[in-house]
Amino acid sequence: MKLMGTVWKYGDNVDTDVIIPARYLNVSTPEELARHCMEDIDPGFAAGVRAGDTIVAGENFGCGSSREHAPLAIQGAGVSCVVAGSFARIFYRNAINVGLPILECPAAVEATQKGDLLAVDLGAGTVTNLSTGNTYQAAPFPPFVMDIIGAGGLVPFTRERLRASQAQES
Amino acid sequence: MGHTLAEKIIAAHLVDGGGNGSGPGAGVEPSDLVEVTVDVVLSNDITAPIAIREFSELGVERVFDPDRVVMVADHFAPNKDIKSAEQCQVMRRFAQAQGLPHHFDVGRMGIEHVLLPEQGLVVPGDLVVGADSHTCTYGALGAFATGVGSTDVAVAMATGCVWLRVPETIRVVYRGRLRPWVGGKDLILYTIGQIGVSGARYKAIEFAGPAVSDLSMAGRFTMANMAIEAGAKVGLFAVDDTTRAYVAGRGVRPGHEHRPDADAAYAEVVEVDVGQIEPQVAFPHLPENARPVSRAGDVSIDQAVIGSCTNGRLEDLRVAAQVLRGRRVSPGVRCIVVPGSQQVYLDAVREGLVEIFVEAGAAVSTPTCGPCLGGHMGVLAAGERAVSTTNRNFRGRMGDPESEVYLAGPAVAAASAVVGRIAAPEEVVQ
Repeated sequence: MKLMGTVWKYGDNVDTDVIIPARYLNVSTPEELARHCMEDIDPGFAAGVRAGDTIVAGENFGCGSSREHAPLAIQGAGVSCVVAGSFARIFYRNAINVGLPILECPAAVEATQKGDLLAVDLGAGTVTNLSTGNTYQAAPFPPFVMDIIGAGGLVPFTRERLRASQAQES
Repeated sequence: MGHTLAEKIIAAHLVDGGGNGSGPGAGVEPSDLVEVTVDVVLSNDITAPIAIREFSELGVERVFDPDRVVMVADHFAPNKDIKSAEQCQVMRRFAQAQGLPHHFDVGRMGIEHVLLPEQGLVVPGDLVVGADSHTCTYGALGAFATGVGSTDVAVAMATGCVWLRVPETIRVVYRGRLRPWVGGKDLILYTIGQIGVSGARYKAIEFAGPAVSDLSMAGRFTMANMAIEAGAKVGLFAVDDTTRAYVAGRGVRPGHEHRPDADAAYAEVVEVDVGQIEPQVAFPHLPENARPVSRAGDVSIDQAVIGSCTNGRLEDLRVAAQVLRGRRVSPGVRCIVVPGSQQVYLDAVREGLVEIFVEAGAAVSTPTCGPCLGGHMGVLAAGERAVSTTNRNFRGRMGDPESEVYLAGPAVAAASAVVGRIAAPEEVVQ
Protein backbone atom coordinates (compact mmCIF):
# COMPACT_ATOMS: atom_id res chain seq x y z
CA MET A 1 0.00 0.00 0.00
CA LYS A 2 1.34 3.44 -0.98
CA LEU A 3 0.43 6.58 0.93
CA MET A 4 1.22 10.23 0.42
CA GLY A 5 0.57 13.22 2.60
CA THR A 6 1.72 16.41 4.26
CA VAL A 7 3.71 16.10 7.48
CA TRP A 8 2.65 17.17 10.97
CA LYS A 9 5.86 17.03 13.03
CA TYR A 10 6.14 16.44 16.79
CA GLY A 11 8.91 15.69 19.30
CA ASP A 12 9.69 12.82 21.67
CA ASN A 13 7.32 11.20 24.19
CA VAL A 14 4.03 12.32 22.63
CA ASP A 15 1.72 10.71 25.20
CA THR A 16 -1.79 9.38 24.78
CA ASP A 17 -3.14 12.14 27.05
CA VAL A 18 -2.21 14.73 24.44
CA ILE A 19 -3.19 12.55 21.47
CA ILE A 20 -6.66 12.38 23.00
CA PRO A 21 -7.20 13.97 26.44
CA ALA A 22 -9.06 11.84 28.97
CA ARG A 23 -11.80 14.43 29.30
CA TYR A 24 -13.07 13.26 25.90
CA LEU A 25 -13.01 9.54 26.68
CA ASN A 26 -16.73 9.47 27.36
CA VAL A 27 -17.12 8.86 23.62
CA SER A 28 -15.43 6.25 21.45
CA THR A 29 -16.15 6.78 17.74
CA PRO A 30 -13.17 7.85 15.60
CA GLU A 31 -15.09 10.85 14.20
CA GLU A 32 -15.98 12.27 17.64
CA LEU A 33 -12.49 11.64 19.02
CA ALA A 34 -10.81 13.23 15.99
CA ARG A 35 -12.26 16.65 16.87
CA HIS A 36 -9.95 16.83 19.89
CA CYS A 37 -6.93 14.94 18.57
CA MET A 38 -3.61 16.55 19.64
CA GLU A 39 -5.39 19.68 20.91
CA ASP A 40 -3.31 20.09 24.08
CA ILE A 41 -0.01 20.35 22.17
CA ASP A 42 -1.27 21.55 18.79
CA PRO A 43 -4.64 23.31 18.91
CA GLY A 44 -4.55 23.82 15.12
CA PHE A 45 -4.24 20.12 14.26
CA ALA A 46 -7.87 18.99 14.32
CA ALA A 47 -9.07 21.86 12.11
CA GLY A 48 -6.04 21.85 9.79
CA VAL A 49 -5.43 18.15 9.17
CA ARG A 50 -6.38 16.84 5.70
CA ALA A 51 -7.21 13.29 4.72
CA GLY A 52 -3.97 11.47 3.90
CA ASP A 53 -1.70 13.69 6.02
CA THR A 54 1.04 11.98 8.03
CA ILE A 55 2.28 12.41 11.58
CA VAL A 56 6.05 12.27 12.05
CA ALA A 57 7.36 12.20 15.63
CA GLY A 58 10.39 11.33 17.73
CA GLU A 59 10.96 8.56 20.25
CA ASN A 60 8.34 6.74 22.36
CA PHE A 61 5.28 7.98 20.44
CA GLY A 62 2.03 7.06 22.21
CA CYS A 63 3.46 6.51 25.67
CA GLY A 64 1.12 6.34 28.64
CA SER A 65 -2.40 5.02 28.66
CA SER A 66 -3.67 1.91 26.88
CA ARG A 67 -6.56 3.88 25.41
CA GLU A 68 -7.26 2.64 21.90
CA HIS A 69 -9.01 5.97 21.51
CA ALA A 70 -5.54 7.35 20.63
CA PRO A 71 -5.00 5.49 17.33
CA LEU A 72 -8.75 5.77 16.66
CA ALA A 73 -8.61 9.57 17.04
CA ILE A 74 -5.64 9.73 14.64
CA GLN A 75 -7.48 7.46 12.20
CA GLY A 76 -10.63 9.52 12.54
CA ALA A 77 -8.63 12.65 11.71
CA GLY A 78 -7.80 11.07 8.35
CA VAL A 79 -4.10 10.56 9.06
CA SER A 80 -2.77 7.92 6.69
CA CYS A 81 0.36 6.90 8.59
CA VAL A 82 2.45 7.65 11.68
CA VAL A 83 6.24 7.56 11.26
CA ALA A 84 8.21 7.74 14.53
CA GLY A 85 11.65 7.07 15.88
CA SER A 86 10.02 4.49 18.13
CA PHE A 87 6.60 3.69 19.55
CA ALA A 88 5.45 2.94 23.08
CA ARG A 89 4.50 -0.71 23.10
CA ILE A 90 0.77 -0.51 23.83
CA PHE A 91 0.30 2.14 21.14
CA TYR A 92 2.30 -0.04 18.73
CA ARG A 93 -0.06 -2.98 19.36
CA ASN A 94 -3.16 -0.83 19.22
CA ALA A 95 -2.21 0.79 15.92
CA ILE A 96 -1.58 -2.61 14.31
CA ASN A 97 -4.75 -4.06 15.83
CA VAL A 98 -6.99 -1.27 14.54
CA GLY A 99 -5.27 -1.04 11.16
CA LEU A 100 -3.53 2.34 11.53
CA PRO A 101 -0.30 2.18 9.47
CA ILE A 102 2.82 2.93 11.52
CA LEU A 103 6.53 2.75 10.73
CA GLU A 104 9.63 3.04 12.90
CA CYS A 105 12.18 5.05 10.96
CA PRO A 106 14.43 7.37 13.02
CA ALA A 107 16.43 8.52 9.98
CA ALA A 108 13.32 9.73 8.18
CA VAL A 109 12.11 11.50 11.32
CA GLU A 110 15.36 13.38 11.66
CA ALA A 111 15.27 14.56 8.04
CA THR A 112 11.62 15.63 7.95
CA GLN A 113 10.08 19.01 8.74
CA LYS A 114 6.52 20.11 9.28
CA GLY A 115 4.83 20.66 5.94
CA ASP A 116 7.09 18.33 3.94
CA LEU A 117 5.39 15.96 1.55
CA LEU A 118 5.97 12.33 2.49
CA ALA A 119 5.41 9.18 0.44
CA VAL A 120 5.22 5.89 2.34
CA ASP A 121 5.35 2.44 0.77
CA LEU A 122 4.10 0.10 3.47
CA GLY A 123 4.88 -3.07 1.54
CA ALA A 124 8.49 -2.07 0.92
CA GLY A 125 8.77 -0.30 4.28
CA THR A 126 10.19 2.85 2.72
CA VAL A 127 9.63 6.48 3.58
CA THR A 128 10.41 9.06 0.89
CA ASN A 129 10.54 12.74 1.66
CA LEU A 130 9.31 14.20 -1.63
CA SER A 131 10.32 17.67 -0.49
CA THR A 132 13.98 16.61 -0.30
CA GLY A 133 13.97 13.56 -2.55
CA ASN A 134 15.55 11.27 0.05
CA THR A 135 14.30 7.75 0.79
CA TYR A 136 14.68 5.90 4.09
CA GLN A 137 14.19 2.24 5.02
CA ALA A 138 11.95 1.56 8.04
CA ALA A 139 12.29 -1.34 10.46
CA PRO A 140 10.45 -4.38 9.01
CA PHE A 141 7.51 -5.99 10.81
CA PRO A 142 7.72 -9.66 11.83
CA PRO A 143 5.69 -11.97 9.51
CA PHE A 144 2.99 -12.63 12.13
CA VAL A 145 2.41 -8.89 12.52
CA MET A 146 2.39 -8.49 8.72
CA ASP A 147 -0.41 -11.08 8.63
CA ILE A 148 -2.49 -8.99 11.05
CA ILE A 149 -1.80 -5.82 9.05
CA GLY A 150 -2.62 -7.67 5.82
CA ALA A 151 -5.97 -8.82 7.21
CA GLY A 152 -6.85 -5.21 8.09
CA GLY A 153 -6.42 -5.54 11.84
CA LEU A 154 -6.72 -8.04 14.66
CA VAL A 155 -10.51 -8.44 14.51
CA PRO A 156 -10.73 -9.49 10.83
CA PHE A 157 -7.57 -11.57 11.32
CA THR A 158 -9.09 -13.42 14.30
CA ARG A 159 -12.52 -13.75 12.68
CA GLU A 160 -10.91 -15.49 9.73
CA ARG A 161 -8.87 -17.77 11.97
CA LEU A 162 -11.93 -18.72 14.02
CA ARG A 163 -13.88 -19.49 10.84
CA ALA A 164 -11.06 -21.62 9.53
CA SER A 165 -10.74 -23.62 12.76
CA GLN A 166 -14.52 -24.13 12.93
CA ALA A 167 -14.52 -25.35 9.33
CA GLN A 168 -11.73 -27.78 10.22
CA GLU A 169 -13.71 -29.17 13.17
CA SER A 170 -16.91 -29.72 11.19
CA MET B 1 21.34 -20.22 29.66
CA GLY B 2 18.69 -19.67 32.31
CA HIS B 3 15.50 -17.68 32.08
CA THR B 4 14.06 -14.55 33.61
CA LEU B 5 10.82 -14.40 35.54
CA ALA B 6 8.96 -12.97 32.54
CA GLU B 7 10.25 -15.73 30.23
CA LYS B 8 9.23 -18.45 32.68
CA ILE B 9 5.67 -17.23 33.14
CA ILE B 10 5.21 -16.77 29.39
CA ALA B 11 6.66 -20.24 28.69
CA ALA B 12 4.16 -21.75 31.13
CA HIS B 13 1.31 -20.21 29.12
CA LEU B 14 2.32 -21.09 25.55
CA VAL B 15 -0.52 -22.19 23.33
CA ASP B 16 0.32 -25.47 21.67
CA GLY B 17 1.89 -24.62 18.33
CA GLY B 18 2.21 -20.98 19.37
CA GLY B 19 3.65 -18.21 17.23
CA ASN B 20 7.19 -19.56 17.42
CA GLY B 21 6.18 -23.18 16.91
CA SER B 22 7.11 -24.25 20.41
CA GLY B 23 4.69 -26.14 22.59
CA PRO B 24 3.94 -25.97 26.33
CA GLY B 25 6.97 -26.43 28.51
CA ALA B 26 9.42 -25.16 25.94
CA GLY B 27 11.56 -22.19 26.85
CA VAL B 28 11.09 -18.85 25.18
CA GLU B 29 13.70 -16.28 24.26
CA PRO B 30 13.48 -12.50 24.04
CA SER B 31 11.90 -11.23 20.80
CA ASP B 32 10.05 -14.52 20.16
CA LEU B 33 6.50 -13.82 19.06
CA VAL B 34 4.27 -16.25 20.91
CA GLU B 35 0.62 -16.97 21.50
CA VAL B 36 -0.27 -17.50 25.14
CA THR B 37 -3.33 -18.34 27.18
CA VAL B 38 -4.60 -15.72 29.59
CA ASP B 39 -5.86 -16.28 33.13
CA VAL B 40 -7.69 -12.98 33.51
CA VAL B 41 -8.96 -10.43 30.97
CA LEU B 42 -9.74 -6.99 32.42
CA SER B 43 -11.45 -3.88 31.12
CA ASN B 44 -13.07 -0.75 32.57
CA ASP B 45 -15.85 1.69 31.77
CA ILE B 46 -13.66 3.57 29.27
CA THR B 47 -12.06 0.66 27.46
CA ALA B 48 -14.83 -1.98 27.71
CA PRO B 49 -17.28 -0.23 25.35
CA ILE B 50 -14.78 -0.43 22.47
CA ALA B 51 -13.83 -3.99 23.44
CA ILE B 52 -17.51 -4.99 23.44
CA ARG B 53 -18.03 -3.36 20.03
CA GLU B 54 -15.05 -5.28 18.60
CA PHE B 55 -16.13 -8.50 20.35
CA SER B 56 -19.45 -8.30 18.50
CA GLU B 57 -17.52 -8.10 15.21
CA LEU B 58 -15.75 -11.40 15.87
CA GLY B 59 -18.77 -13.59 15.27
CA VAL B 60 -18.48 -15.17 18.74
CA GLU B 61 -21.51 -15.44 21.02
CA ARG B 62 -19.95 -16.09 24.43
CA VAL B 63 -16.77 -15.09 26.24
CA PHE B 64 -14.26 -17.94 26.60
CA ASP B 65 -14.80 -18.22 30.38
CA PRO B 66 -17.11 -15.87 32.34
CA ASP B 67 -15.07 -16.40 35.54
CA ARG B 68 -11.95 -14.99 33.84
CA VAL B 69 -13.47 -11.84 32.36
CA VAL B 70 -13.41 -8.95 34.85
CA MET B 71 -15.04 -5.55 34.28
CA VAL B 72 -14.77 -2.61 36.65
CA ALA B 73 -16.63 0.71 36.54
CA ASP B 74 -13.99 2.98 38.00
CA HIS B 75 -12.74 5.68 35.62
CA PHE B 76 -15.76 7.93 35.19
CA ALA B 77 -17.82 6.18 37.86
CA PRO B 78 -19.90 7.09 39.79
CA ASN B 79 -21.12 8.36 36.43
CA LYS B 80 -19.78 11.86 35.87
CA ASP B 81 -22.11 12.75 32.99
CA ILE B 82 -24.68 11.23 30.67
CA LYS B 83 -22.15 9.84 28.19
CA SER B 84 -20.20 8.19 31.00
CA ALA B 85 -23.44 6.74 32.31
CA GLU B 86 -24.03 5.25 28.87
CA GLN B 87 -20.55 3.69 28.82
CA CYS B 88 -21.12 2.09 32.23
CA GLN B 89 -24.50 0.91 30.97
CA VAL B 90 -22.96 -0.77 27.90
CA MET B 91 -20.54 -2.61 30.18
CA ARG B 92 -23.24 -3.54 32.73
CA ARG B 93 -25.54 -4.94 30.03
CA PHE B 94 -22.75 -6.97 28.46
CA ALA B 95 -21.77 -8.35 31.89
CA GLN B 96 -25.38 -9.33 32.57
CA ALA B 97 -25.86 -10.90 29.15
CA GLN B 98 -22.63 -12.90 29.48
CA GLY B 99 -23.26 -13.80 33.13
CA LEU B 100 -19.98 -12.33 34.36
CA PRO B 101 -19.64 -12.85 38.12
CA HIS B 102 -16.79 -10.32 38.38
CA HIS B 103 -18.44 -7.16 37.13
CA PHE B 104 -17.90 -4.51 39.80
CA ASP B 105 -20.28 -1.57 39.93
CA VAL B 106 -20.58 1.45 42.22
CA GLY B 107 -20.87 0.43 45.85
CA ARG B 108 -19.03 -2.84 45.31
CA MET B 109 -16.15 -1.59 43.25
CA GLY B 110 -12.71 -0.21 43.69
CA ILE B 111 -10.01 1.16 41.47
CA GLU B 112 -9.34 -1.93 39.38
CA HIS B 113 -5.70 -2.45 40.30
CA VAL B 114 -6.41 -2.13 44.00
CA LEU B 115 -9.52 -4.28 43.70
CA LEU B 116 -8.38 -7.33 41.72
CA PRO B 117 -5.51 -8.36 44.03
CA GLU B 118 -7.61 -7.57 47.10
CA GLN B 119 -10.39 -9.86 45.81
CA GLY B 120 -7.88 -12.60 45.03
CA LEU B 121 -8.78 -12.49 41.33
CA VAL B 122 -5.10 -12.48 40.32
CA VAL B 123 -2.72 -15.03 41.82
CA PRO B 124 1.03 -15.62 41.42
CA GLY B 125 2.03 -17.10 38.07
CA ASP B 126 -1.02 -15.74 36.26
CA LEU B 127 -0.85 -14.19 32.83
CA VAL B 128 -3.18 -11.20 32.76
CA VAL B 129 -4.09 -8.73 30.05
CA GLY B 130 -6.09 -5.62 30.79
CA ALA B 131 -7.29 -2.73 28.71
CA ASP B 132 -5.64 -0.37 31.13
CA SER B 133 -1.96 0.46 31.04
CA HIS B 134 -1.55 0.02 34.80
CA THR B 135 -2.50 -3.65 34.58
CA CYS B 136 1.23 -4.17 35.19
CA THR B 137 0.44 -3.58 38.90
CA TYR B 138 -0.11 -7.35 39.38
CA GLY B 139 3.55 -7.97 38.67
CA ALA B 140 3.90 -7.39 42.41
CA LEU B 141 2.22 -10.79 42.87
CA GLY B 142 4.65 -12.55 40.54
CA ALA B 143 2.07 -12.48 37.73
CA PHE B 144 2.88 -11.48 34.14
CA ALA B 145 0.33 -8.72 33.75
CA THR B 146 0.34 -6.19 30.97
CA GLY B 147 -1.75 -3.42 29.53
CA VAL B 148 -3.21 -3.82 26.06
CA GLY B 149 -5.87 -2.06 24.01
CA SER B 150 -9.55 -2.76 23.71
CA THR B 151 -9.20 -4.84 20.54
CA ASP B 152 -6.68 -7.14 22.21
CA VAL B 153 -9.13 -7.52 25.08
CA ALA B 154 -11.98 -8.29 22.68
CA VAL B 155 -9.97 -11.09 21.09
CA ALA B 156 -8.79 -12.36 24.49
CA MET B 157 -12.38 -12.40 25.77
CA ALA B 158 -13.38 -14.46 22.74
CA THR B 159 -10.44 -16.85 22.52
CA GLY B 160 -8.69 -16.82 25.90
CA CYS B 161 -5.45 -16.11 24.05
CA VAL B 162 -3.24 -13.19 23.14
CA TRP B 163 -0.08 -12.67 21.09
CA LEU B 164 3.01 -11.33 22.81
CA ARG B 165 6.57 -10.50 21.98
CA VAL B 166 8.76 -12.02 24.68
CA PRO B 167 10.47 -9.04 26.33
CA GLU B 168 14.09 -8.60 27.32
CA THR B 169 14.41 -7.99 31.05
CA ILE B 170 16.08 -5.22 33.01
CA ARG B 171 16.84 -6.33 36.56
CA VAL B 172 16.87 -3.56 39.15
CA VAL B 173 18.49 -4.56 42.44
CA TYR B 174 17.76 -2.40 45.49
CA ARG B 175 20.15 -2.56 48.44
CA GLY B 176 20.55 -0.65 51.66
CA ARG B 177 18.22 0.68 54.31
CA LEU B 178 15.26 2.92 53.51
CA ARG B 179 15.35 6.39 55.01
CA PRO B 180 12.39 7.67 57.03
CA TRP B 181 9.28 8.46 54.93
CA VAL B 182 10.71 6.72 51.87
CA GLY B 183 8.41 4.10 50.33
CA GLY B 184 7.75 2.22 47.11
CA LYS B 185 6.64 5.40 45.33
CA ASP B 186 9.96 7.08 46.00
CA LEU B 187 11.93 4.04 44.81
CA ILE B 188 10.01 3.82 41.55
CA LEU B 189 10.10 7.58 40.85
CA TYR B 190 13.85 7.53 41.51
CA THR B 191 14.27 4.52 39.20
CA ILE B 192 12.26 6.13 36.38
CA GLY B 193 14.37 9.25 36.89
CA GLN B 194 17.45 7.10 36.37
CA ILE B 195 16.36 5.04 33.34
CA GLY B 196 13.88 7.49 31.73
CA VAL B 197 10.31 7.17 30.47
CA SER B 198 11.40 4.95 27.60
CA GLY B 199 14.29 3.26 29.42
CA ALA B 200 12.43 -0.04 29.63
CA ARG B 201 10.40 0.29 26.42
CA TYR B 202 9.19 -3.13 25.17
CA LYS B 203 11.05 -4.72 28.13
CA ALA B 204 10.21 -6.35 31.44
CA ILE B 205 11.56 -5.03 34.73
CA GLU B 206 12.46 -7.43 37.55
CA PHE B 207 12.49 -5.68 40.91
CA ALA B 208 14.86 -7.47 43.29
CA GLY B 209 17.22 -7.10 46.20
CA PRO B 210 16.99 -6.99 49.99
CA ALA B 211 15.50 -3.50 50.15
CA VAL B 212 12.41 -4.49 48.17
CA SER B 213 12.12 -7.77 50.07
CA ASP B 214 11.47 -5.55 53.09
CA LEU B 215 8.64 -3.71 51.31
CA SER B 216 5.00 -4.48 52.09
CA MET B 217 2.74 -5.64 49.27
CA ALA B 218 1.35 -2.10 49.06
CA GLY B 219 4.83 -0.74 48.32
CA ARG B 220 5.41 -3.45 45.73
CA PHE B 221 2.08 -2.78 44.00
CA THR B 222 3.07 0.89 43.79
CA MET B 223 6.38 0.03 42.13
CA ALA B 224 4.96 -2.53 39.69
CA ASN B 225 2.15 -0.09 38.86
CA MET B 226 4.59 2.48 37.51
CA ALA B 227 6.73 0.08 35.44
CA ILE B 228 4.73 1.34 32.45
CA GLU B 229 5.98 4.87 33.16
CA ALA B 230 9.43 3.61 32.16
CA GLY B 231 7.83 2.10 29.04
CA ALA B 232 7.91 -1.45 30.43
CA LYS B 233 5.57 -4.24 29.48
CA VAL B 234 5.55 -5.62 32.99
CA GLY B 235 7.26 -5.02 36.36
CA LEU B 236 7.78 -8.25 38.25
CA PHE B 237 8.59 -9.33 41.78
CA ALA B 238 9.44 -12.94 42.66
CA VAL B 239 7.07 -14.54 45.15
CA ASP B 240 8.24 -14.59 48.77
CA ASP B 241 6.68 -14.95 52.23
CA THR B 242 5.17 -11.45 52.02
CA THR B 243 3.41 -12.42 48.79
CA ARG B 244 2.26 -15.76 50.21
CA ALA B 245 0.86 -14.10 53.33
CA TYR B 246 -1.05 -11.60 51.16
CA VAL B 247 -2.50 -14.21 48.82
CA ALA B 248 -3.42 -16.67 51.58
CA GLY B 249 -7.17 -16.76 52.05
CA ARG B 250 -7.84 -14.53 49.03
CA GLY B 251 -6.90 -16.44 45.89
CA VAL B 252 -9.77 -17.78 43.82
CA ARG B 253 -7.31 -20.23 42.21
CA PRO B 254 -4.07 -21.84 43.34
CA GLY B 255 -1.08 -19.88 42.06
CA HIS B 256 2.27 -20.94 40.62
CA GLU B 257 5.54 -19.65 41.95
CA HIS B 258 8.19 -18.97 39.34
CA ARG B 259 11.62 -17.60 40.04
CA PRO B 260 14.34 -16.29 37.79
CA ASP B 261 17.35 -18.51 37.18
CA ALA B 262 20.68 -17.40 38.63
CA ASP B 263 22.15 -17.49 35.11
CA ALA B 264 19.25 -15.72 33.42
CA ALA B 265 20.29 -13.32 30.67
CA TYR B 266 19.41 -9.71 31.41
CA ALA B 267 19.51 -6.80 28.99
CA GLU B 268 20.82 -4.71 31.86
CA VAL B 269 21.30 -4.91 35.62
CA VAL B 270 20.82 -1.67 37.56
CA GLU B 271 22.00 -1.36 41.16
CA VAL B 272 20.31 1.11 43.46
CA ASP B 273 21.49 2.09 46.94
CA VAL B 274 18.23 3.07 48.61
CA GLY B 275 20.08 4.70 51.50
CA GLN B 276 20.83 7.58 49.10
CA ILE B 277 17.18 8.12 48.21
CA GLU B 278 15.09 10.91 49.74
CA PRO B 279 11.34 11.21 49.24
CA GLN B 280 10.95 12.06 45.56
CA VAL B 281 8.87 14.51 43.54
CA ALA B 282 8.45 14.19 39.76
CA PHE B 283 8.03 17.60 38.15
CA PRO B 284 5.82 18.31 35.13
CA HIS B 285 5.35 16.95 32.51
CA LEU B 286 7.06 13.53 32.66
CA PRO B 287 7.44 10.97 35.47
CA GLU B 288 11.19 10.89 34.73
CA ASN B 289 11.57 14.44 36.06
CA ALA B 290 12.13 13.07 39.56
CA ARG B 291 14.18 14.95 42.13
CA PRO B 292 14.60 14.80 45.91
CA VAL B 293 11.97 16.77 47.79
CA SER B 294 14.75 18.84 49.39
CA ARG B 295 15.50 20.19 45.91
CA ALA B 296 11.89 20.94 44.99
CA GLY B 297 12.25 24.65 45.66
CA ASP B 298 9.26 26.86 46.41
CA VAL B 299 6.34 25.29 44.55
CA SER B 300 2.97 26.45 45.88
CA ILE B 301 0.05 24.08 45.31
CA ASP B 302 -3.70 24.39 44.89
CA GLN B 303 -4.61 20.73 45.30
CA ALA B 304 -3.28 17.55 46.86
CA VAL B 305 -4.63 14.18 45.72
CA ILE B 306 -4.00 11.10 47.84
CA GLY B 307 -5.19 7.83 46.35
CA SER B 308 -5.28 6.05 42.94
CA CYS B 309 -4.17 2.63 41.70
CA THR B 310 -0.66 3.71 42.63
CA ASN B 311 -1.18 4.83 46.24
CA GLY B 312 -4.78 4.16 47.25
CA ARG B 313 -4.18 1.26 49.62
CA LEU B 314 -4.69 1.21 53.38
CA GLU B 315 -0.94 1.50 54.08
CA ASP B 316 -0.81 4.65 51.92
CA LEU B 317 -3.74 6.21 53.78
CA ARG B 318 -2.06 5.38 57.10
CA VAL B 319 1.06 7.29 56.04
CA ALA B 320 -1.06 10.27 54.98
CA ALA B 321 -2.99 10.14 58.25
CA GLN B 322 0.22 10.07 60.22
CA VAL B 323 1.09 13.43 58.68
CA LEU B 324 -2.42 14.94 58.78
CA ARG B 325 -3.38 13.80 62.30
CA GLY B 326 -4.18 16.84 64.45
CA ARG B 327 -3.22 19.24 61.64
CA ARG B 328 -5.14 21.31 59.13
CA VAL B 329 -4.92 21.41 55.36
CA SER B 330 -3.58 24.83 54.32
CA PRO B 331 -6.47 27.25 53.61
CA GLY B 332 -5.44 27.63 49.96
CA VAL B 333 -5.35 23.89 49.25
CA ARG B 334 -8.04 21.39 48.30
CA CYS B 335 -6.96 18.02 49.68
CA ILE B 336 -8.79 15.05 48.16
CA VAL B 337 -8.39 11.56 49.58
CA VAL B 338 -9.61 8.65 47.46
CA PRO B 339 -9.52 5.19 49.07
CA GLY B 340 -8.75 2.57 46.43
CA SER B 341 -11.64 0.22 47.13
CA GLN B 342 -14.75 -0.24 49.25
CA GLN B 343 -12.69 -2.47 51.55
CA VAL B 344 -9.92 0.12 51.90
CA TYR B 345 -12.60 2.74 52.61
CA LEU B 346 -14.23 0.56 55.28
CA ASP B 347 -10.89 -0.25 56.90
CA ALA B 348 -9.98 3.45 56.86
CA VAL B 349 -13.27 4.28 58.57
CA ARG B 350 -12.79 1.58 61.20
CA GLU B 351 -9.21 2.65 61.91
CA GLY B 352 -10.26 6.24 62.35
CA LEU B 353 -8.30 7.45 59.32
CA VAL B 354 -11.32 9.01 57.66
CA GLU B 355 -12.02 11.00 60.81
CA ILE B 356 -8.44 12.30 60.75
CA PHE B 357 -8.80 13.35 57.10
CA VAL B 358 -12.16 15.08 57.56
CA GLU B 359 -11.00 16.86 60.71
CA ALA B 360 -7.93 18.05 58.81
CA GLY B 361 -10.20 19.61 56.20
CA ALA B 362 -9.73 17.03 53.45
CA ALA B 363 -12.49 15.70 51.19
CA VAL B 364 -12.84 11.91 51.24
CA SER B 365 -14.27 10.40 48.06
CA THR B 366 -15.74 7.07 47.11
CA PRO B 367 -13.24 4.96 45.10
CA THR B 368 -12.72 6.28 41.57
CA CYS B 369 -9.91 6.95 39.09
CA GLY B 370 -11.56 10.38 38.54
CA PRO B 371 -8.94 12.98 39.51
CA CYS B 372 -5.89 11.06 38.24
CA LEU B 373 -6.88 11.47 34.60
CA GLY B 374 -8.73 14.75 34.85
CA GLY B 375 -12.08 13.02 34.66
CA HIS B 376 -13.93 14.32 37.70
CA MET B 377 -13.53 14.78 41.48
CA GLY B 378 -10.63 17.20 41.30
CA VAL B 379 -10.09 18.67 37.81
CA LEU B 380 -7.55 21.52 37.61
CA ALA B 381 -8.03 24.96 36.05
CA ALA B 382 -5.37 26.74 33.95
CA GLY B 383 -2.39 27.75 36.06
CA GLU B 384 -3.30 25.45 38.97
CA ARG B 385 -0.83 23.02 40.48
CA ALA B 386 -1.45 19.70 42.21
CA VAL B 387 0.80 17.39 44.13
CA SER B 388 -0.57 13.93 43.58
CA THR B 389 0.15 10.34 44.56
CA THR B 390 -1.01 9.22 41.11
CA ASN B 391 1.25 7.95 38.33
CA ARG B 392 1.23 10.45 35.46
CA ASN B 393 2.02 14.14 35.22
CA PHE B 394 1.60 14.55 31.46
CA ARG B 395 0.44 17.88 30.12
CA GLY B 396 -3.28 18.26 30.78
CA ARG B 397 -3.45 14.97 32.65
CA MET B 398 -5.49 16.38 35.53
CA GLY B 399 -7.39 19.06 33.66
CA ASP B 400 -6.47 22.19 31.75
CA PRO B 401 -3.37 21.85 29.52
CA GLU B 402 -1.89 24.80 31.41
CA SER B 403 -2.20 23.05 34.80
CA GLU B 404 0.64 21.12 36.45
CA VAL B 405 0.92 17.82 38.30
CA TYR B 406 3.78 16.94 40.66
CA LEU B 407 3.99 13.24 41.51
CA ALA B 408 4.95 12.11 45.00
CA GLY B 409 4.22 9.53 47.66
CA PRO B 410 1.51 9.95 50.31
CA ALA B 411 3.87 11.41 52.95
CA VAL B 412 4.99 14.28 50.71
CA ALA B 413 1.47 14.83 49.36
CA ALA B 414 0.03 15.10 52.87
CA ALA B 415 2.84 17.34 54.12
CA SER B 416 2.42 19.58 51.07
CA ALA B 417 -1.32 19.83 51.76
CA VAL B 418 -0.56 21.13 55.25
CA VAL B 419 2.18 23.57 54.22
CA GLY B 420 0.58 24.79 50.99
CA ARG B 421 3.67 24.15 48.90
CA ILE B 422 5.66 21.03 48.09
CA ALA B 423 7.11 20.01 51.43
CA ALA B 424 9.07 17.21 53.05
CA PRO B 425 7.22 15.26 55.76
CA GLU B 426 9.87 16.34 58.32
CA GLU B 427 8.74 19.93 57.90
CA VAL B 428 5.38 18.92 59.37
CA VAL B 429 6.05 15.93 61.61
CA GLN B 430 8.88 16.30 64.08
